[in-house]
Amino acid sequence: MKENIVIVGGGIAGLEAAAQLLDLGFKPIIIEKSDHLGGHVADWNCLFPDMSPAKDIVSSLIARSADANIFLNTEISFVNKLKDSYNIMLSNGISIITRILLMTTGFSLFDAHRKEEYGYGIYDQVMTNKDLEHWFNTGDDKRINNSAMNAVGFVHCVGSRDEKAKNSQCSKVCCITAIKQAIELKQKFPDAMIYCFYMDLRMFGKKYEDFYINAQRDYGIRFIRGRVSEVGENIDGRVIVKAEDTLSGKPVKVTLDLLVLMAGMVCNPDSTKVANMASLPVDSDGFLKSKDNVADIIESPKEGVFYAGACTGPKTVPETLAEARAAALKIYLYIKGLE
Amino acid sequence: MIYQGKQKIWADYQKEIPDNHWFYVRSCIRQNFFPGAEKMFMEICRDLLKKDIFETENHTTCGGIAYHCDTIPQETVMTIVARQFALMTEAGYENYVASCITSFGNYIEILETWKEFPELETRIRELLWKACRREFNKPKYVAHASDLVYKYRNEIAARAKYRLVNRFTGEPLRGVEHIGCHYAKMFPARGIGGAEYPYVLCGMIESWGGNVIDYPERRHCCGYGFRQYHVKANRGYSLSNTHKKFESMEPYHPDFILTNCPGCPYFMDRWQYVIAETEGKTYGENGYGIPVLTYEELASLVLGYNPWDIGLQLHQVAVEPLLDKIGIEYDPAEKYKGLNEKEIMRPELPGVLRCC
Repeated sequence: MKENIVIVGGGIAGLEAAAQLLDLGFKPIIIEKSDHLGGHVADWNCLFPDMSPAKDIVSSLIARSADANIFLNTEISFVNKLKDSYNIMLSNGISIITRILLMTTGFSLFDAHRKEEYGYGIYDQVMTNKDLEHWFNTGDDKRINNSAMNAVGFVHCVGSRDEKAKNSQCSKVCCITAIKQAIELKQKFPDAMIYCFYMDLRMFGKKYEDFYINAQRDYGIRFIRGRVSEVGENIDGRVIVKAEDTLSGKPVKVTLDLLVLMAGMVCNPDSTKVANMASLPVDSDGFLKSKDNVADIIESPKEGVFYAGACTGPKTVPETLAEARAAALKIYLYIKGLE
Repeated sequence: MIYQGKQKIWADYQKEIPDNHWFYVRSCIRQNFFPGAEKMFMEICRDLLKKDIFETENHTTCGGIAYHCDTIPQETVMTIVARQFALMTEAGYENYVASCITSFGNYIEILETWKEFPELETRIRELLWKACRREFNKPKYVAHASDLVYKYRNEIAARAKYRLVNRFTGEPLRGVEHIGCHYAKMFPARGIGGAEYPYVLCGMIESWGGNVIDYPERRHCCGYGFRQYHVKANRGYSLSNTHKKFESMEPYHPDFILTNCPGCPYFMDRWQYVIAETEGKTYGENGYGIPVLTYEELASLVLGYNPWDIGLQLHQVAVEPLLDKIGIEYDPAEKYKGLNEKEIMRPELPGVLRCC
């Protein structure tokens, strides 16, 4: 079928939707700003709760969507609304007329520098969840010294559920990601003491609770309910973390070899940029606003514009893939309705 | 430590500070603690740098101490502050500079509260009118006096007679900076450098040739903390906070501590004596303590003022080891001579803490 379908974003949502649309007989166009496909998941090592290799999922999606028209290193310069379609001008000079736009622009990782009290970018031994995944993938990060990892801390909710950071939403995946990463580190450094500083543990997904119990029972990971108040650096370069254990009602101070900040999901500024061009509404949390947050989360209020994945709010990988499949079906039915 | 990371934050928390024409209000307690500090602020800013800094004998406490000790209603504090603003308005000024950190925090908090609750400002105006028939304009700009010295730091450096360099080793002196809690912890954007890594004192130390030390308990309270000290039963808590800071900074061997709050230099200075007497421990070299200075005192030293003219003999911890490192000339015999060579009383020397 010759209908142009433009998918904005080549992360897992965009790839899954493209694969489904290809199966339905369309030849969608994927516009991706970066030089590779797979989005954030491509940077991850293993996925919870079964420790599936992220690269297997991403490479499978790339293989299934290979017949789509894919533009890498390409941005949308502007979007013009025509009578019953959109004229989309790309940064490579190509112009596309389409009646269907699928936004799969995903999220941005919260900039952990903004939580100044945690010392990311200030103290040598502080990193983010993304940095740690990079180390899992490459083994390359001078903050991790294989011979001196005796104590590691994880700070949950960095930039999530945080009025001061102007992000009131829960990022959904950080709790379980912290547990996953804590277990992985414990497997690599069995003698290390590992602490998770949390305010709530939201174990809502399949097998999450089991994973959490395993972390405590089988790996001895210590969970401390209380937010970290400040981080400092010792004379030997180790980080000193102060927190309050709100269950015991006592202050806690620990010296760590590494502190990992679980940076949450925030709206992608590129999403907002395209949304402005296409006159799409943005919700109070900064993510794209759906037609209805219960019944029509994958539809925008604009004719012919659809959403999938974390562009409308934090999502897990399975949720993202499910939305992408739903969006592909919705687009198919929409095109049928136009005929 | 990643210095560039701090620089990035410092760049985010710079603020415009008017260069001139300020209405200055002194602190309730600083003139008792370190009387040279405020005098030297006026001397440096008004007489040396020729800035227009005005003060009036009619100003009073801002009520901040009572406010933070929970002994005064907020409306009363606001009315006191409104009267201060009325004095500024009557004197024809729009820029307001406070010597005290708690006053600075108090003024900022009140102005922000009035912004959020304008009906409260209206009520305070009524109360002020009923109380003393005064009216006021809100200041266009509120600064802490250390903000001004920070602004003038390069002018001071250009006129400096001494640098913060150890003349025996040629190395920059190692300074610990301690920021008063009420400077930026409540409103980070109102402090130079923000709340977590304030730059206001770092900037002075760096500009005058020294190096700044970061240490784990840098952000911790000096130990004054109002109710920690003013409630007599809590004084052990006050001391333990100060002790915690000194234990934390000890491995870095600082040459001096620089402060911008009325209480901090006093408690960090005096409690060193108490720690020495109770624990037998001193934190400086050769049995001395670590000298604790106000930013006005440090500015005066680098500018070449006589240490005894700026009141350094009123410090518990001897400043002579620091003066020797900088190479500042002083006459030990003049230490306890006041105006016109008049002998002032000499303190009894402590048993453990070495003093000159």
